[in-house]
Amino acid sequence: MNPVLFFVFAIIAVSGALGVVVARNPVHSALFLVMTMVTMAGFFLGLDAPLVAIVQIVVYASAIVVLFLFVIMLLGSDRGEPAFSSEHTFQRPVAILVGVASFVALLVLTLGHWQTGAHTAGGFPINAVPTVGGKTVSGAPATDAIRPLARVLFTRFAWPFEVTAVLLVVAVVGAVVLARRSQRPRRTETTA
Amino acid sequence: MSDMLGVVIGTQHYFVVGALLFTIGSTGLLLRRNTIVMFMCVELMLNAVNLTFVAFAKDLDDAAGQAAVFFTLIVAAAEVAVGLAIIVAIFRRRQGVTADDVDLMKG
Repeated sequence: MNPVLFFVFAIIAVSGALGVVVARNPVHSALFLVMTMVTMAGFFLGLDAPLVAIVQIVVYASAIVVLFLFVIMLLGSDRGEPAFSSEHTFQRPVAILVGVASFVALLVLTLGHWQTGAHTAGGFPINAVPTVGGKTVSGAPATDAIRPLARVLFTRFAWPFEVTAVLLVVAVVGAVVLARRSQRPRRTETTA
Repeated sequence: MSDMLGVVIGTQHYFVVGALLFTIGSTGLLLRRNTIVMFMCVELMLNAVNLTFVAFAKDLDDAAGQAAVFFTLIVAAAEVAVGLAIIVAIFRRRQGVTADDVDLMKG
């Protein structure tokens, strides 16, 4: 990836993340989140993952943030609430301390000496030359970014892929059950 | 063009950005009291991990890292759907979505 592009993207992503945390209005936080997500898609494009980048924009920047905005508007929680806790005064310094400490720890791990395990032969190389029946296809583009992803998703991760379908169904049913206004008269709540 | 600044962007650069985003997300999760914004911070942390996954996929030249991002995305979507439903349910009961409002189990 072009260094200039990388640093511009990095600055936009980090400032968007800071905006999510700092913005007092939750709507502004959601919009800052979109900013970070879209920049992240740019990173994915630079890392030879175009399909992931598109899915990132469609699912994260569109669907999830729109859901966030729906709930913010529905609850009207975009006004009159303190952004940070006023009850626990010690919370802010402790949170910042923990954040800085974990960042330093991650930085040491990242910039120090690390190595991955031996790469097994049964991998799914991203930049493989496409072959049909063991023969190289002439004229086909050398980089076919979606094919290896589809192959790994439907061979090695076929079972987890099916399980995620169950997960999504459970999540949808759970969301409906939780958010539905019950028709029966609510039992009287005992106050402690 | 690619050595305009005299640096070559490697995997570690992406890791640093990912670490920064993860830390900002976790700090925001601890700082903020609005549950919706806390959820957004969790999304930020998940996204930082996604960036690391894709960077590793490129580094090791294996599409399995990109497949992991898909599973993270699916779990994140399910989490947001259920989590926001819980927030709506809490809001129905007690007219507030601040984390300090939910203190029923406080001793």
